[in-house]
Amino acid sequence: MKRDKVINKILAVFFTILSLAWIYPMVMILMNSFKEETTITTSTAFDFVTSENSAGFANYIAALEKQGFLAAFGYSLVITITSVALILVCCSMCAWFIVRVKNRISNILYYLFVFSMVVPFQMLMFTLSNMANTLGFNTPFNICFIYLGFGAGLAVFMFAGFVKTIPLEIEEAATIDGCNPLQTFFHVVLPIMKPTYISVGILETMWVWNDYLLPYLVLDRTKYQTIPILIQYFRGGYGRVEMGPMFACIMMVIVPIVIMYLLCQRYIINGVISGAVKG
Amino acid sequence: MAKMLKRWWPLFVLPTALSFLFGFMIPFVQGFYLSFCKFITISDAKPVGLDNYVAAFSDPQFANAFWYTALFALVSTVLINVLALAIALALTRKDLKGTNSFRTVFFMPNLIGGIVLGYIWNILINCALSIVGEQLLALNSTAGFWGMILLTLWQQVGYMMIIYIAGLQSIPSDYLEAARVDGANAWQTLWKVKIPNLMSTITICLFLTVTNGFKLFDQNLALTAGEPKHATEMLALNIYNTFYARQGAKWMGIGQAKAVIFCILVICIVMIQLRATRSREVQQ
Repeated sequence: MKRDKVINKILAVFFTILSLAWIYPMVMILMNSFKEETTITTSTAFDFVTSENSAGFANYIAALEKQGFLAAFGYSLVITITSVALILVCCSMCAWFIVRVKNRISNILYYLFVFSMVVPFQMLMFTLSNMANTLGFNTPFNICFIYLGFGAGLAVFMFAGFVKTIPLEIEEAATIDGCNPLQTFFHVVLPIMKPTYISVGILETMWVWNDYLLPYLVLDRTKYQTIPILIQYFRGGYGRVEMGPMFACIMMVIVPIVIMYLLCQRYIINGVISGAVKG
Repeated sequence: MAKMLKRWWPLFVLPTALSFLFGFMIPFVQGFYLSFCKFITISDAKPVGLDNYVAAFSDPQFANAFWYTALFALVSTVLINVLALAIALALTRKDLKGTNSFRTVFFMPNLIGGIVLGYIWNILINCALSIVGEQLLALNSTAGFWGMILLTLWQQVGYMMIIYIAGLQSIPSDYLEAARVDGANAWQTLWKVKIPNLMSTITICLFLTVTNGFKLFDQNLALTAGEPKHATEMLALNIYNTFYARQGAKWMGIGQAKAVIFCILVICIVMIQLRATRSREVQQ
């Protein structure tokens, strides 16, 4: 037992060091985001911020004023919220229907949804972006329908897996009490499925918020940029890239995510686990 | 109840089914058809038979991207799973302090998107390379490969660790107790009790890391963008570049043909995985 204690001490020290190394890349960006533009070079990225090279919050102000950060953040937020909300409502209803109404069409639909989870995006990127352009799905407000179509696979699959475990008697009782299917769904089924809503919501949010290629190809790029597009645009940007404001942008992207993560850590981790077990 | 529900299908199924039709089914079928055509826009497509596939298979860059991706998937899968399992085993030890905060830290990179991750590591690796006096990422394909591995490790070890921890915690404590009473040491417990009971979790994690490795795009684009001279270009990026970075009408069709090949490849991996899981379920 004494040996166990010693091993635990050693492990604790080791993991502390490893954790520090793990967050170092983010700390590095944080320090660089406070440096003056001229002092940011490839070989000095590891240097600490000192009174000599500090620029205060100038980079952050520049990022907010000039680089279109706020607009991109807003578009990302709108796209993520509308898409995830739409996916949650529509796919849970669809999954319930598919499981409860057993016929050939619902079976085919189910297998098509499952199949779509496997197909890589490159397979349809050209045809999908073409269709989005001709049908007018290239704005941040309409793109959520494409996300609904593309994200339906995972969502329907996870919801259907859960619906199968709900005893039919509960819903039959509601029907006998005079509920129509819509009432049964919203008053009886939806509350039971709450944990699945949280899991699916988290997985889809992580996907939509960070997605780069789909909005890049589908959105009208001259008018709308999401956060990943903005960051990539800096990189491939024309002329001199302003490094300082870019670091500030990255920090402003990371900080809200980290805060959200620390607040709802339990749900996020549970969501990941249930997604993995079913996927 | 099912009968009554059936009449409500326009409300329950139609929104999802319509979006799925336009967002997935039609582009999928169209994409499949276009892989046999020469085109710039969809309306001027002319069937050319298997020409695109012949061109795709004889494109040395595509072959190069395939082997590069396969090697990357192999190395990253092994490293991620070994490290994630090792960390998970250590973090599930009794009386180890701070396990929750370690878990929190290791998982964090997953929430940051691939583009941002790639960019952060691009700066970090370039700085390290310039201090050591090596060539930067844009000219250094060895650094490009290991940089990608490092980045994926940083991102995915935490994710897989979470899944392994859940798997370890679901092993009944009687098993471990019984092993202890029988006088098994830690090494024996690991190989004879923990790993056999963890097989389904290991299959899931292997599958996730292999498919992630093959489908990787954002990180590849942001870290190296395939530089130098397409040497670090993976399959997904190669397809993207065939579509959008090359001039001339024939490349669109070839890109689509490559996408179909890529799609079939991914489907095959998934089928193998499904079969592996099924056969193991029968044994238990």
